[in-house]
Amino acid sequence: MHEVGKYVISRILIFCLEIIFALSLCFIILRLGPTDPIMEIIARITSMSEYIDPSSAEHLKETLSELFGLKGTLLDQYRNFIIRSLKGDFGPSYSVFPTPVIEIIQRALPWTVALLFWTTVVGWILGNIIGGIAGIFKEKGWAKLLAGFAISIYPVPYYILALLLVFLLAYIFQIFPLGGAGAKNITFSLDFFLKYVQHAFLPGVSLVLGSYGWWFISMRNISMNTRKEDYVLFAEAQGLSKRVIIFKYILRNSLLPQITGLAINLGGILNGALATEVLFEYPGMGYILYVAVTRADFNLMLGILVYSTLAVAAASLIIDLVYPFIDPRIRYK
Amino acid sequence: MKTKLLFYANKFKVILRQNLSLTITTMTLVSLFIFAFVVPLFSNYDPRRWGTAPSDLPPSLAHPFGTNSLGQDIFWLLAYALRNSLISSLIASFVGLVIGIVLGVVAGYSGGLIEKIILFFVDTVIMLPSLPIIIIISSMLGTLDMVVLGLIIAFLTWGMPVRNIRSMVLSLREREFTYTALFSGSNFMKILLYEYLPHLVPWIFASFLGRILLAIGMEVTLGIFGLLSMREVTLGTVIYWANRYQAIFRGLWWWIGLPIVFIVILLISLYVFSTEINELMNPRKVQENV
Repeated sequence: MHEVGKYVISRILIFCLEIIFALSLCFIILRLGPTDPIMEIIARITSMSEYIDPSSAEHLKETLSELFGLKGTLLDQYRNFIIRSLKGDFGPSYSVFPTPVIEIIQRALPWTVALLFWTTVVGWILGNIIGGIAGIFKEKGWAKLLAGFAISIYPVPYYILALLLVFLLAYIFQIFPLGGAGAKNITFSLDFFLKYVQHAFLPGVSLVLGSYGWWFISMRNISMNTRKEDYVLFAEAQGLSKRVIIFKYILRNSLLPQITGLAINLGGILNGALATEVLFEYPGMGYILYVAVTRADFNLMLGILVYSTLAVAAASLIIDLVYPFIDPRIRYK
Repeated sequence: MKTKLLFYANKFKVILRQNLSLTITTMTLVSLFIFAFVVPLFSNYDPRRWGTAPSDLPPSLAHPFGTNSLGQDIFWLLAYALRNSLISSLIASFVGLVIGIVLGVVAGYSGGLIEKIILFFVDTVIMLPSLPIIIIISSMLGTLDMVVLGLIIAFLTWGMPVRNIRSMVLSLREREFTYTALFSGSNFMKILLYEYLPHLVPWIFASFLGRILLAIGMEVTLGIFGLLSMREVTLGTVIYWANRYQAIFRGLWWWIGLPIVFIVILLISLYVFSTEINELMNPRKVQENV
């Protein structure tokens, strides 16, 4: 068989195995917990209404187990769990009881993507271009200043960065709203767009700043090393213009390893940005995860966990398959 | 002659500047560690208990960092918080790194099926969303001990070091000195300890510090959102309570500001320290300097 075909098939096989393994880990983690979700629901019902007689309680327990896929032996549950996860059926949410988990996730997903897609890309582009140029001119004063800025924002936990921004721009200088997303549903109108921009600006800037530091630092290191490569020296000896050397020789080659990072981060989008979304009350995946945790909604947690794992796995599969086209030095093997 | 002098003068300046930031960060880190591990020994009551001090006092001589609305002295509280955060992150960093190094060396040196299996597990662990999983585990266990938190973070983040160590061992394995050592009768352990380890140490050290950064960041995020046990005090939970009582809007800047300042100083000096050390111990640089 053709080499490429072999590589693609084996990579896809490994991808499937990885997903099954990751799902099994999720299953183990969720089943390790000492809390029994069904007993919790029954406890909640009994605490709200009055007395339930034993036989109807037993009946309730039975129905709930079936509904949540907790029936049968552990092995049955495991098989059920894998099949249902792959189908995307996580059962109803405990906290918003009859609503299926999948519906809640589908409602939150567009919000998260709308915020995280552009912030991830913008942070990556800014960090890499500025970092790359700062690496080439590392002796210059402005490059050191930029490096100092990146080094002092990179280690700061994201939440603190965001809190300072909120304090400055929403509390002291009240330019931006404190939280919310501006609208209940995503619609394609100018009014919605303006509101969205106004509400998403502050969380967006905080996210861009949060990722900028790392991209800047790593790209600066890479381009510092690329500058010393033989082919750059050769280009200089050829008398090529400075602009061609910087953009076509140094930046372009330094950027290659960063593409993997971008892909993984884009896959990680489905995780949502927990800290951002909770702080800004932005109704995305991170926010519903927070709600799920605070209300012990295990099905919802599971749904989010499975979705985000699948997304990251898919992103790394795609990048593995596409990378040889981007970087001619890599060959399928 | 003149250019040579200039060259040495410049080099001296560079080293001096390097050492300056190294000295500053080392001093900061040492004093933070003393604050975290020595100061709590001298507190004559449990600063975690509520109502042990008058509430909402700004910093003064009696309470150098002020007090909060829960009636806790922030000076003692922060010492405990810093200690707890450091303990959990040191455990997280150390345990995860040890797992990573062992598996990375095994994968890099053995190759074949064992390497493939190890890499398979590594890829899966890297894929798992660690923050959501920690949140879910901590919400299920209810209370999360600092040591347990450290271990959970370690078991979710050992993947990357395996990959890095493996690729370093792969390249070291092909170097000439490996063959020289093998042909002169050294066994694997000897080569690993005497030949490879010196090459790996700078990376291991920098990565150890980097992982502490990561773990503290996770702990702070969890704590701030009230997803850790509220019985323990950590840098994150101090901020959680400050937010809960609206410290910013009530003008109690010392309650929320001081833990933030501590976190920022701790993390930036850890980071700068690790890059400086890495620079100094880089074998290529050392050769250049010699």
